[in-house]
Amino acid sequence: MFTFILRIIGIIILAPLAGGMLTGMDRVITARMQGRQGPPVLQPFYDVLKLLQKEPIEVNLMHRFYVYIALIFVIFTTVIMLTGGDILLAIFALTLGSIFFVLGGYASNSPYSLVGSERELLQMMAYEPMVLLTGIGLYYADNSFFIKDIVSAQAPAILSLPGIFLGLLFILTFKLRKSPFDLSMCHHGHQEIVQGITTEYSGRDLAVIEITHWYETVIALTLVFVFFATKAPVSYVFAVLACLLAYFLEIVIDNGFARVKWQLALDSSWIITGVLGTVNLIILSFFR
Amino acid sequence: MNIIYALILFPLAAAIVIFFVRNDSIRNAVVKVSAFVVAVLTLCVFAWYFQNGISFTPANGEIIDIVIMVIEVLVAAYLIIAGLKNKKYIVSVFSVIQTTLILWFELTGKQGIEVENSIIFDKLTAIMVLIAGVIGSLICLYAVGYMKWYHKQHKNYKERKYFFLAVLFLFLSAMFGLVLSNDLTWLYFCWEITTLCSYLLIGYTKTEEAKNNSFLALAINLGGGIAFAAAIVFIGINFKTLELSDLIAMKRSATVLIPVFLLSVAALTKSAQFPFSSWLLGAMVAPTPSSALLHSATMVKAGVYLIIRLAPLLGLSTVGIIVTTIGCITFLICSLIAISQTDAKKILAYSTLANLGLIVICASVGTQESIWAAILLVIFHAVSKSLLFLSVGSIEHQIGSRSVEDMDILLHVSRRLSLYMIIGMAGMFLAPFGMLISKWVAMKAFIDSNHILAVIVIAYGSAATLFYWTKWMGKLVSNANVKKQRKHTFFAEEEIPIFIHTVLVVLSCFGFPLISKYALVPFLTDLYGADAIIPIGTSDVKIMIVMLGMLLIIPIGFIPIYKQDKRRIVPIYMAGENTGDNETFYGGNGEKRKVELRNWYLESYFGTKRFSFWCNVISICVLCVGVIVLIGGFAK
Amino acid sequence: MNFIKKSPWILHYDGSSCNGCDIEVLASLTPLYDVERFGIINTGNPKHADILLITGSVNEQNIPVVKQLYEQMAEPKAVVAVGICATSGGIFAECYNVVGGVDKVLSVDVYVPGCAARPEAVIDGVVKALGILEQKQKRMRKRKYR
Repeated sequence: MFTFILRIIGIIILAPLAGGMLTGMDRVITARMQGRQGPPVLQPFYDVLKLLQKEPIEVNLMHRFYVYIALIFVIFTTVIMLTGGDILLAIFALTLGSIFFVLGGYASNSPYSLVGSERELLQMMAYEPMVLLTGIGLYYADNSFFIKDIVSAQAPAILSLPGIFLGLLFILTFKLRKSPFDLSMCHHGHQEIVQGITTEYSGRDLAVIEITHWYETVIALTLVFVFFATKAPVSYVFAVLACLLAYFLEIVIDNGFARVKWQLALDSSWIITGVLGTVNLIILSFFR
Repeated sequence: MNIIYALILFPLAAAIVIFFVRNDSIRNAVVKVSAFVVAVLTLCVFAWYFQNGISFTPANGEIIDIVIMVIEVLVAAYLIIAGLKNKKYIVSVFSVIQTTLILWFELTGKQGIEVENSIIFDKLTAIMVLIAGVIGSLICLYAVGYMKWYHKQHKNYKERKYFFLAVLFLFLSAMFGLVLSNDLTWLYFCWEITTLCSYLLIGYTKTEEAKNNSFLALAINLGGGIAFAAAIVFIGINFKTLELSDLIAMKRSATVLIPVFLLSVAALTKSAQFPFSSWLLGAMVAPTPSSALLHSATMVKAGVYLIIRLAPLLGLSTVGIIVTTIGCITFLICSLIAISQTDAKKILAYSTLANLGLIVICASVGTQESIWAAILLVIFHAVSKSLLFLSVGSIEHQIGSRSVEDMDILLHVSRRLSLYMIIGMAGMFLAPFGMLISKWVAMKAFIDSNHILAVIVIAYGSAATLFYWTKWMGKLVSNANVKKQRKHTFFAEEEIPIFIHTVLVVLSCFGFPLISKYALVPFLTDLYGADAIIPIGTSDVKIMIVMLGMLLIIPIGFIPIYKQDKRRIVPIYMAGENTGDNETFYGGNGEKRKVELRNWYLESYFGTKRFSFWCNVISICVLCVGVIVLIGGFAK
Repeated sequence: MNFIKKSPWILHYDGSSCNGCDIEVLASLTPLYDVERFGIINTGNPKHADILLITGSVNEQNIPVVKQLYEQMAEPKAVVAVGICATSGGIFAECYNVVGGVDKVLSVDVYVPGCAARPEAVIDGVVKALGILEQKQKRMRKRKYR
């Protein structure tokens, strides 16, 4: 029991550190791709620490409440996933967190936040089927929703779920807020809707949003991880490599594409889900 | 005297008394007392018979049969005349067909068929009685408060409160009869009474629209009634029985599947699945309490109740696959269409259709897990949806509109009401709440039984569900500034039922492991012979309950933080042009312009026009395929 | 430790100018000058920004706008006036609608002269502002603990 609690505390502390490092690396790699030197790797941490030191301001009494709850549920999801819990439950908890984040945008009652919220919701609608199908596909492959069972299977799930994995990679672009699907907010300076949902947040609240995003990065990469991990410990190395590779791929895509309209975002992700995910599932169910 | 008679007859008596009391305050008192008594009776019956159940035939069954027949003829006569008077000839024709069919059977074919158990009270009945009784009586109580201002807001409607309240109670009586009957002719009788009541309630306002919609509902449900009648005749002649339990116990074969198909069609009309869905959308013209009663706890639940009863015969049989397909189409398409709606009641209507579709899928898949999910869906949907309907009714009272766009001021008008509303919505789609638990199990059941279509449909449908609920919720929390506060009164008769509903939503989520352990698992074990288990692991149930606890505790935990942390409040960012009140900005010529924030409805994507025609065509085709397969005798 | 020096986010506002300075400000984002080296981000949102970077002079119509943007920024915050127009009104100083430099409306922390100010000068100005921000942060903390 004691080690279990220790493990949970470890996850809660280490996950954002890993997420922050990844984000820092992302910024450096992006800069290098553009022929710039870029900020230090620790820049995301500097940003967050600065935000924590700033004066807190707000537009009304309620809107910060939602981002704190969003953070709590995203941490909850991270703990469920990294302790090997039920993948569908984790997805639901994550959705709950995201919904609170969206509600925060509504609660600000500001035009830019509202547009950001609507777009964020649309993005959620676009990627949600694929996320669910990922969980379902893993169940088909390994007969369990529990991540601890999935990562201790004989063969890696990727062998039976190549289509679902590709679909997941596609929607990770939404999850990691990368172009071409960074409609609601992104990590580049300017955007046509200012900063979307985060427009009205500043100081501590913005820091919380940033930390939430670090956790989300870890969650997204965990989803990639479970496709590669097996009973053999050496597979973990490959799985981590696959995660890094997937992240790198997302960075390349981010730098290579312009932001698309919502129609294309919705259409493409639903069609990709429909084709890759569904066909993969149908084939699996056929051999079952 | 059996207490079950009291349960059926008391609402009937109450209906008659209410109909004849013309003094407002006396009638309101009568309604309140009757609603209370109905609730108490329900709980008594539930407590009494839940553990062991009961099945019996009333001693004077033949007299009841004759009474039923007489009432049936009278009702038929009334409907035929109403149809002729209003030039809705199809209603008259349907009514003539089914009454002749049933009368002919009662007078000729029925002789020699012994009914052993006319009334069966098992765990499923217990749940249905509890839902109808508790929620139904709360709705009746709410109706008292609602009708107080309804005619003040709508002066052009003729006031017939006595009629409205009486029909509500009549409806409850019929619903109790429906879920308790095992004798198919009695079931059919109650079925027809609910049809009649829905017709009366929908047509309450007597406007042209209400009249048309009530006849539409009547025509579609009478059509379903014909299928029901045909099924009874078929069963009576071929199997020499009239008991639902006997039918369910039979083995699947081409002949058994024909009445099963007919009954399923009747159930699909009642629970408004495609292609019969139009009546439910039209029914929204009725005053809100009746919408709540029809679409959450009773009418539409009767349909899915029948399908759940028939579930062992559906499964992977031809009929099962057809019903599943219809459910899939309805669930997916209605979830999508709901996105494009602005009228709160329309959204609720589409969401009802979608959820009924999901229940139909679960029931028709017919495995233990899926029926577990279906019954839980029935419970959670009834509570949450009823809460939402009642809240929307009160919101309409408070802000004078039921457009979602106008609800952004609700937080200022009535904070409690928006809280109830948010909890109700959370109950419909958010993680630790009921509907999601059942959806989760449903998903697992579909995978285990290899229903890939249902799996995919549920994945897409849930995404759409999330979109339309969250954007509505967003409007509720959006805290728009209103300078002039509106005066409002929130009657206790309105608030008490809404509050109880809210408590029920939360309690049902905490209590679902208990419901599962004491009601669903024994029921499913009985039904299938094999031991049923709760489909969610205990560790997951614990996590869910922790999550629910978090959702309840965290907001309270925030209060001290808020007290401590006073912050500078700055105006909303409007590119520096905010006039300072967060409501207006300086326009191009320096004049003040109002900021208007609107939700997305994606009309060109998810509009009704785009879907409804093709869905109806496809679902009619599916049903036609079913008919052909059954007539050809290919069914298995 | 003061992290404000490591991550100054900028809100760029253009008063009435010839856009020369604006182009130079944006030029500092390009790979050649790359201000992101210092963690500087051009946010375009006052609520996130630490430094209000104003190019061009202030005129009658944008006085409330500048004031509001400044109000919407969280403490500690600094104002950098870039270009001669922002410091004194420049060649627009005599116009009927122009009030003058930014210091007529807000207290300016750093003046960056030039017409147009070169990117090196802009970056230098922002880096100067970092020291001021740090001092402001210290003062803010003292106020808090007093």
